[in-house]
Amino acid sequence: MTNTLKNANTSSVRGGRHKLPASEGTQANMFNEAKSLLKVNIREYGMYIALFVIMLTFSIMTDGLFMSSRNISNLLDATGYTAVLAVGMTLVIIIRHIDLSVGFAAGFMGAIAAILMTQAGMPFYVTIPVILVLGVVIGMFNGVLVASVGIPSFVASLAGMLIFRGALLQVTEKTGTINVDDSHFNAIGNGYLPELAEVSGLKLLSLILGVVVILLYIYFEFAKRRNKQRYQFEVVSKSIFAIKLVFVSAIIAYITWILAGYNGFSWTVIIMLAVVVIYHFLMNNTVLGRHIYAVGSNPEAAHLSGINVKKITYIVFGSMGMLTALSGILYTARLQSATTTAGTLFELDAIAAAYVGGVSAAGGVGKVTGSIIGAIVMASLSSGMNLLGVGISYQYMIRGGVLAAAVIFDVMTRKKRG
Amino acid sequence: MSDYILEMNNISKEFTGVKALADVNFKVARGEIHCLIGENGAGKSTLMKVLSGVYPHGSYKGDIVFEGQVQTFGRIADSVKAGIAIIYQELALFPDLTVYENIFAGNEVRRGAVVNWNQTIVQAKQMLDKVKLDVNPETLIKDLGVGKQQLVEIAKALSKNVKLLILDEPTAALNENDSENLLALLRELKSQGITCIMISHKLKEVISIADKATVLRDGRTICTLDASKGEISESVIIKNMVGREIEDIYPKRANKSFGSTILEVRDWSAYDSKLGRAVVKNVNLHVKQGEIVGIAGLMGSGRTELALSIFGNPKSYKLQGQLSVNGKPATFRHTSDAIRAGIAYVTEDRKGDGLFLIQDIKSNVTAANLHGVSSKGVINANEEVKVAQSYKDSLYVKAPSIEQIVGNLSGGNQQKVSLGKWLFVGPKLLILDEPTRGIDVGAKFEIYTIMNRLISEGMSIIMISSELGEVLGMSDRVYVMAEGRMKGELSIEEADQEKIMQFATQ
Repeated sequence: MTNTLKNANTSSVRGGRHKLPASEGTQANMFNEAKSLLKVNIREYGMYIALFVIMLTFSIMTDGLFMSSRNISNLLDATGYTAVLAVGMTLVIIIRHIDLSVGFAAGFMGAIAAILMTQAGMPFYVTIPVILVLGVVIGMFNGVLVASVGIPSFVASLAGMLIFRGALLQVTEKTGTINVDDSHFNAIGNGYLPELAEVSGLKLLSLILGVVVILLYIYFEFAKRRNKQRYQFEVVSKSIFAIKLVFVSAIIAYITWILAGYNGFSWTVIIMLAVVVIYHFLMNNTVLGRHIYAVGSNPEAAHLSGINVKKITYIVFGSMGMLTALSGILYTARLQSATTTAGTLFELDAIAAAYVGGVSAAGGVGKVTGSIIGAIVMASLSSGMNLLGVGISYQYMIRGGVLAAAVIFDVMTRKKRG
Repeated sequence: MSDYILEMNNISKEFTGVKALADVNFKVARGEIHCLIGENGAGKSTLMKVLSGVYPHGSYKGDIVFEGQVQTFGRIADSVKAGIAIIYQELALFPDLTVYENIFAGNEVRRGAVVNWNQTIVQAKQMLDKVKLDVNPETLIKDLGVGKQQLVEIAKALSKNVKLLILDEPTAALNENDSENLLALLRELKSQGITCIMISHKLKEVISIADKATVLRDGRTICTLDASKGEISESVIIKNMVGREIEDIYPKRANKSFGSTILEVRDWSAYDSKLGRAVVKNVNLHVKQGEIVGIAGLMGSGRTELALSIFGNPKSYKLQGQLSVNGKPATFRHTSDAIRAGIAYVTEDRKGDGLFLIQDIKSNVTAANLHGVSSKGVINANEEVKVAQSYKDSLYVKAPSIEQIVGNLSGGNQQKVSLGKWLFVGPKLLILDEPTRGIDVGAKFEIYTIMNRLISEGMSIIMISSELGEVLGMSDRVYVMAEGRMKGELSIEEADQEKIMQFATQ
């Protein structure tokens, strides 16, 4: 009798984890469910937790200065051009390649943009698409070298790195730094959403944007859940669902509140978010994205499954080129000028961000969102240590240590689950 | 005949649960050429790996007595030092180094840490003379043909004062002429007192060269035949190779009815430019709707190469001949073309090029047909779950959920996932390459049942298999391949183990 009761009890616990509405479950049920969710996704959440710990530590050490509106706003704006590179690099590393040329290629294309606008008088709304297309072409060229000619991407892109470094010097040599005075263009790197009004010191339009994002998020989560239920699949319990909604909404609200307290959302942040959303959707919800993961996890099997590995390689390098161009535009706009050294070491920052963000060098594993978090982690470390007055020599060493630690954590958790 | 150079007594070797060798006794007399024969998986290679120290002393049971002393080889270097050299089928040469560098690789002529290259070349010339290879020692290995490369390998072995030379299928990749030369050389070496063990599938060769022949089957010694007593003949060897009872584990199909020819290749050849030789030679083959066609043969006989050359040619062989699907000529530029034409290929190497091991069951099942669960390039995640779940159920995949990572599944379940991936494509012709290799009997039976079900639904199957029982138990018609050629075609009524093995060992 006791035995059957016990059995009935455990099975209801197990069921409650997935099926039963929370109202019927107990608090222990919910706790168990949360725990198992956390366990399964520890690698993914690990990064968010690391970011949270880093931010909290710096906030305490700087008496809250780190989390001030001004600092966070600057931090995100300064991450922009690395972050978009990290997104592109994520795809490249997933298909087991690397692109070392992106730094100077970004600098070069930024300089070309500056020249087109200042010397050729091209309006900025023509310049930007032209540069983006140029980026795609350059990226595709790398793709052909790698996929069709069969040069290792490390070598091909190393050659590209030298070539673009020279090309950047060549186009900036005569004039030195090229100043850009197009206010629209410069706004991409320095401007913010226009001000409508201020509500107790907060930018109204940014607040509205934040609210819209939260509403969209909630709408999509509900749609997803309804769709799953229509297929009669298991969904998380209502309470966990509600907690998740509130938690994510609160984070968006908090970020909005912080940014609205300074100048509001910058165009850089909006572009960065758009890139992340588009690429996240591409990688998770489209056939193309799945083919990219397939090529990365086993190119031979992908080929035998009818996937055109060469085509995927072209596309990934083409997208890298386009994001490189975007990065160059963001950087040039931020400095309001093209310099002879623009793009130095961008590629390594992007690669580091991707690895910190959980991309696997063995290929086939990695998330766009992870890489963005990785980029923000690295930027937060710099920003926080700057506020604390840590010497640049120590900063490099600490960032290197964090990179190593992130990869070690990644390898360990993979082993444990593998 | 008490002067045995080598005695292997009661050797047993187990791999996690699978007995590869069971009480094998193998004796080789000094100065003889002793052939080792058996089907794929009979234990020949394992036995030689035990002998050469690849599997160190302690990882197997039994004694190795070499030159009258019990040997405990801990690694390959120990057996080399004792005077044993193995030449594998895949040659272990450095293609970008010269002949003389290769001969003395790992065994350099040196004073202290400094290599004496002049002396090396002089000695290399002597070794090349011994194997009657007339090439400049400064030639790069990659510029030599396979036959000459093999001789370089033997020269390398001789440079180490070898007493016992072991050759693993030395003529498999050679043409007739080179094979003859090699066999002549072995006789020559024998006259110089070098003992030789040769693993071979070509019975004609065995008959012409062997003083003794030992047959292994299922990890056991079946018999040792003596040429001087006239015991070595093709029929005797084949009988001993295949003598296994076939268990009746093959589900029967009720009504067999075949439709029109859905795939045909004529005069089909494939040339592998990386290997520098043809891997498929003038093959004719056809498959009718509703038919299971078995392709038997030993490993390396060109069966997988044939399948790949038909299935969109992913290895970029140079192809010749006609391929037609449903009576119409067809050319496939990419695997995706073959898939579109209704052909699916389930690889023999599911871990290597069949599955995405780090991905889950769901992603693997839909990998070859993502368009089937998406519209305008956007995947319907729920539809995908439904599809994956239905294949998991209908193919009896044993896993807690479709989110299970495929790398963690057992071989049988992996094979079913691999099958599911191709069934979701909706093929008309399924090419199964070694569909039950390395999986347990229960899963085998399930796979046979699934095959019969697919046939009853109108599909056709080409089954490549090294297991004779499977070929005889499942096929409607049997082709036998050897050396890239179709050596024979048998109806299921006339096919038996001996006949197949006869064709396969030609």
